[in-house]
Amino acid sequence: MGIASEALKDFKGFTMKNIPSVEPLSPGHRACQGCVEILALRLALKAIGTNVIVASATGCMEIVTSPYPQTAWRVPWIHVAFENAAAVISGVESAYKVLARKGRISPEDKVVFLGYGGDGGTADIGLQALSGALERGHDIVYICLDNEAYMNTGIQRSSSTPYGAMTTTSPPGKKSIGQTTWKKNVPAIAAAHDIPYVATASPAYPLDLMNKVKKAAMVPGPAYVHIFSVCPTGWRHPTNIAIEVAKMAVATNVFPLYEVIDGKWILSRKNPKPKPVVDYLKMQRRFAHLTEEEIEKIQARVNAEWEALLERCGEKKEPAPEGAEPSGE
Amino acid sequence: MGRRVGMEVSIAAAEAVALIDVDVVAAYPITPQTHIVEHLSELVANGHLDAEFVPVESEHSAMSVCVGAAAAGARTFTSTSAQGYALMVEICYIASSMRLPIVMVMANRAMSAPISIWNDHADMMLARDTGWIQTVAENGQEVVDLLIHAYRVAEDHRVLLPVIVNLDGFILSHVIEPIELPSKEEVQKYLPPYKPALRLDPKNPVTMGPVGVPEIYTEAKKAQDEALKNSKKVIIEAWEEFAKHFGRTYRPVETYKCEDAEVILLLMGSIAETAMRAVDAMRARGKKVGLARIRLFRPFPVEELVSTLKNARTVAVIDRALGFNGHVGPVCAEVKSMLFDHGLTPYVWNYIAGLGGRDVTVENFIEMVDMVEAKAAKKEPMGYEIINVRE
Ligand SMILES: Cc1ncc(C[n+]2csc(CCOP(=O)(O)OP(=O)(O)O)c2C)c(N)n1
Ligand code: SF4
Repeated sequence: MGIASEALKDFKGFTMKNIPSVEPLSPGHRACQGCVEILALRLALKAIGTNVIVASATGCMEIVTSPYPQTAWRVPWIHVAFENAAAVISGVESAYKVLARKGRISPEDKVVFLGYGGDGGTADIGLQALSGALERGHDIVYICLDNEAYMNTGIQRSSSTPYGAMTTTSPPGKKSIGQTTWKKNVPAIAAAHDIPYVATASPAYPLDLMNKVKKAAMVPGPAYVHIFSVCPTGWRHPTNIAIEVAKMAVATNVFPLYEVIDGKWILSRKNPKPKPVVDYLKMQRRFAHLTEEEIEKIQARVNAEWEALLERCGEKKEPAPEGAEPSGE
Repeated sequence: MGRRVGMEVSIAAAEAVALIDVDVVAAYPITPQTHIVEHLSELVANGHLDAEFVPVESEHSAMSVCVGAAAAGARTFTSTSAQGYALMVEICYIASSMRLPIVMVMANRAMSAPISIWNDHADMMLARDTGWIQTVAENGQEVVDLLIHAYRVAEDHRVLLPVIVNLDGFILSHVIEPIELPSKEEVQKYLPPYKPALRLDPKNPVTMGPVGVPEIYTEAKKAQDEALKNSKKVIIEAWEEFAKHFGRTYRPVETYKCEDAEVILLLMGSIAETAMRAVDAMRARGKKVGLARIRLFRPFPVEELVSTLKNARTVAVIDRALGFNGHVGPVCAEVKSMLFDHGLTPYVWNYIAGLGGRDVTVENFIEMVDMVEAKAAKKEPMGYEIINVRE
């Protein structure tokens, strides 16, 4: 049995009945209305509880939670820079390890070491620090809050911005369709480090998200959770449909939910009847300029990626049984 | 009891870090500091030092790990040079602003391009405005002693600032010298365990590194500036205590035959030993020459330098880096502005010497003194000159 499977063998998930009432990330922060990134962070923290130390990358979630002298954090939190949350939390974890060994802190209660960053801070500028931290095997949880662009600096493209999306540095025009490259697959990059636990999650499926974060916190060694973090401000859609947008991303297979436990890929949701991708794209103005041809191209890419994922998960290509849902729902 | 050893200075630096009993070492190789982290990895591997050795993937992460570890309450060490420092400098500003007592050895090396692994002070100058305390060693004994001193200063609650101990790459880092290594007990007596003022602890949550809105940023910076200025008295006090414990005396500026000197050579680092021989040679010829060496570069030792230079008619400041401002090197610029503030008007000429490992010889120093006297006599406009350039 692998490290993660061993640690998770008696795993008990959250249910609607026992969602923790604790709020380590308090209300009263300054995120935009309808921000799903802050919701993702809140749910992740609820799943972990208060015995945690958090290292934040620069980005929306840092700015909106910590304008001095206010703080939305009820747990110890440190922000250092844009690209180094993974390295900072590695340092914190190393310190705890040696201080416990030397008897300078009590080793009893297991502290969770959580680093998080946006997709820019994870997929681009912070990828090196993340890779280093995963490779060295620190007992940390790293969460990427993927809102598919650099939102804090005003909606610039990242390597996690999907093909065709409009951002302020991938504007559509006579000679461009917007973002010209396909989204970088960071969860697969994380999994390629052979770490015990990798998962994708979405706040549209809050129990699934919380259970995955809880698992990430339980496994020894590095764990990576990639969370789809809808941003009405950057994606250009009404704030009240943010969760519907997130649901549609899963329903169309644009953002599939899965886990990689000890290297074994497992679908969280089999999605027998995927909706057409256009249903997802048309909800958001960042895709409003796309032609039918481009939309077909995106659909083809989504199909291909889904097939590849099914194969990785060892799933047959026939439709899965009705009603397969993410765990805990 | 301490022991006298013959040891490569880098190895001695690592041994000192072990005596200091650091908790976390973040390590990334770069010549000429590599022997330090290599030897530390051995000390950890063979159980001589109980520390977490974090072999990071870059210097940027080395400093990031140090910040995380120090914030969590661990005594922390790293070491670098030149390009490595340039990669970590972003986080170095943050480490001092967050008041984390990290200690780092910088084995000074020239900055690329052209790539050069050899010694000058360009990297030290890059560190100049980051808010770290900086000391500069002349020899191996000083490296060991300044390291022990660095932690005592950094962790003092009246200071809480990170410290760089500078040592000349190769010229000092790679030579074997006789060194007195104190015992662990002696070090422990001098250096109490690190007690962080604040630490990341779930039992007592704090927010570290928040957003500094315009209403508070200036105040935060003023507080940091004052902390650095105020550190000087603690630095001196810690040296006085050091003398009591270990018998070796240190001060911010070291002087040699300056009392009656008409010409003073002013410099930093290991070339002082060569300059001293030049001073002896010139004194033997009846020339009133003295030597002043800056040991404490940050905070800048204004009072000590003023009292050293106040009677000199002529000063030759030797920089080992360029300032690229077209009129003076970086250390000389600070010396001149300080003299101006104190109404002192000696003739000051600036020599840029020893770039990228170029030798600076006894003869060079003698020539510098001769040339600066001639310039002063002719009342030439003050300026700078790169010496030993092959035309
Ligand atoms: C070294 C560095 N480069 C650039 C910046 C400016 N910057 C701050 S946040 C940010 C973008 C953050 O984007 P992302 O990581 O996707 O997080 P989000 O704000 O979208 O949550 C940038 C470019 C910085 N702080 N540091
Ligand atoms: S810009 Fe987007 S991610 Fe940032 S706070 Fe607003 S909604 Fe959230």
